[in-house]
Amino acid sequence: MNTQPLDFVPASEFKQRASGAVADAHLRKSFRGAMDFLINKRAAQFPDPVALESQRALAEHIRKYSLARLPELLEQLERKLTDNGVKVHWAENAEEACAIIVGIAQRHSTKLMVKGKSMVSEEVELNHAMADVGIDALESDMGEYIVQLDGEKPSHIIMPAIHKTKQQIARLFADKVPGARYTESVDELIGIGRAVLREKFMSAEIGLSGVNFAVAETGTLCLVENEGNGRMCTTVPEVHIAITGIEKVVEKLEHVPPLFGLLTRSATGQAITTYFNMISGPRKPGEKDGPGEMHLVLVDNGRTQAYGDEQLRSTLQCIRCGACMNHCPVYTRIGGHAYGTTYPGPIGEIISPHMLGLNATHVLPTASSLCGACGEVCPVRIPIPELLVRLREEAQHDARPGHAPLRGQGAAKSRLVDAVWSGWAALYTRPAFYRAFGWLATRFRALTPPMQGGWTVSRTPMKPAARTLHELMAERTKR
Amino acid sequence: MSARDNILRRLRAAPQGKAPLVPDVPAFYAAVSAATPPSTRAARIELFCEKMAFWHGEVVRVTAANWPHKLREICTAKGVRSLLYGEPSAHAEALKSAGIAGLKSYDRPLAEWKKELFEDTDAGLTSTRGGIAETGTLIVWPDASEPRLMSLVPPIHFALLDADQLYDTLFDAMQAQRWSDGMPTNALLVSGPSKTADIQVTLAYGAHGPKELVVLLLVNEEEVQ
Repeated sequence: MNTQPLDFVPASEFKQRASGAVADAHLRKSFRGAMDFLINKRAAQFPDPVALESQRALAEHIRKYSLARLPELLEQLERKLTDNGVKVHWAENAEEACAIIVGIAQRHSTKLMVKGKSMVSEEVELNHAMADVGIDALESDMGEYIVQLDGEKPSHIIMPAIHKTKQQIARLFADKVPGARYTESVDELIGIGRAVLREKFMSAEIGLSGVNFAVAETGTLCLVENEGNGRMCTTVPEVHIAITGIEKVVEKLEHVPPLFGLLTRSATGQAITTYFNMISGPRKPGEKDGPGEMHLVLVDNGRTQAYGDEQLRSTLQCIRCGACMNHCPVYTRIGGHAYGTTYPGPIGEIISPHMLGLNATHVLPTASSLCGACGEVCPVRIPIPELLVRLREEAQHDARPGHAPLRGQGAAKSRLVDAVWSGWAALYTRPAFYRAFGWLATRFRALTPPMQGGWTVSRTPMKPAARTLHELMAERTKR
Repeated sequence: MSARDNILRRLRAAPQGKAPLVPDVPAFYAAVSAATPPSTRAARIELFCEKMAFWHGEVVRVTAANWPHKLREICTAKGVRSLLYGEPSAHAEALKSAGIAGLKSYDRPLAEWKKELFEDTDAGLTSTRGGIAETGTLIVWPDASEPRLMSLVPPIHFALLDADQLYDTLFDAMQAQRWSDGMPTNALLVSGPSKTADIQVTLAYGAHGPKELVVLLLVNEEEVQ
């Protein structure tokens, strides 16, 4: 199986990696099995389609409402958190976000930072930035810990080590964890991880976490998890840093239950997760644990570009459940690593172009058959297929009149493709040309080349029929 | 221009269509509950027990009079050598008079006894602010007397839950207890012991937090089974 270096994998080499993944029978089997498992578990949570649609309608409404008021809600959140004793930072891009966190860590002479699950920290490549200044950034979610130990990146946003078998993990632990013996018992493997990580929670100076929902009215950061590592990271170290995208804010606490209920059921088919951790500030005088100092880093990193366009803005409704990838026929066949981006699958195809620009990512929106499954299961009803088509168009053309160009606008423009389409249009709008072309193509079909580039790699060559459809119809009518 | 100003400026410059109406979340839940039979105390208790069992949590029905005695029995059966509790708390006196071995109070800042908490504390007992029947969930609001780690670090978490404080849904609990008036520094929902399915989607308990969760559900004499 292919192992992925921890370094940034260029999204532009997507096709090559996808071909490799498709040919990897083992990888195909693990993803198929895991995705079927998640699809069935989700389906069992939504037995009533009418009830599901009313929940999705409400969740979509809450997300659209929150986005419409985003600037005010961010200011309200900042005000509330500041009152609660949390320091709020703003970062326009990945470098700024990393610089803020490195700064805090250095101020506290940090040697070790333990991390709860945070996709935004992966998006900004925080672990690299920390390593550059000699600070260990240790992933503590079991799946993330496993992939980090093997120098890989997660292959699924909810189940990071989904591509690995327990035998591979057993070997990895025996090789890399001091004192661990080879065991294929999942309970024992988890026990090994637990023991290693508990030591780290005790000694880390800083704990880092993501945020699932940020509530503006109370200044509350909500974290969803099963393992308890998120609670460890946000409670044991003296400093807690939360990092999140600017789109995660909702106005009221009452907006959380509908979103939370759909998030866990869409993601893993659970009615609720083991822990729902609501943090509103550092410890108060008299409290005996919890961080003494707390920070929130609000990250833009391309989100304002999506926000600037009313259609593309719906990308930001996402609550990161991963249901779109679980149901995507392309993702299931190639796995998460092939995309080369932090967010794989359909949501990655529509959000990565804003983060990385279309130059690096224009091929991603084409990695879809537009079957529509992603849009159908999305709990907040993001019209993912429409956004894929829109981004394909933006990659091929100049910006629409009245619209600001996207980063990397027109990156996939090709004279050849334009010429083919112009030729096609000319042929199909002139009956005489069209009939002549049809006659020639059918009469000289023997001259069709047997090798047709990418098409014939795994398919039989295309060949015109012996007679055109018009000719066949004419013969039928005569009879 | 600061990053903050730039981000807010870009957001404010974006075109805004018609502003969406304020989402009516209470109306949504009212409609859902109108379509289901009215909930009773007995039904909430039943549902809570069923769901908590699904999450691998143990529920023991106890009364205000016998819970310390029951807890002592369970501690003996599980071989608990040290039980962490919080003081002052409504249950501390009753607990102390039950004669449970190895009782210790979380009476110092974490930094002064981190190693002992992590390595030499078998179980922790916390109170709860209520429970949610629909999902089998405990509402835990840590505070100065019952700090955050009591329900996380010891391998067994005992939780006292008063059946009077069972709500149908998370939304009901939030509304009834008026959470939006002011949240504590940390509030938690807990549904079962810590778990993970990160290795080959195989479920394992005790990932980082407690391996066992035991709910002492305070009910009336006639509701004890």
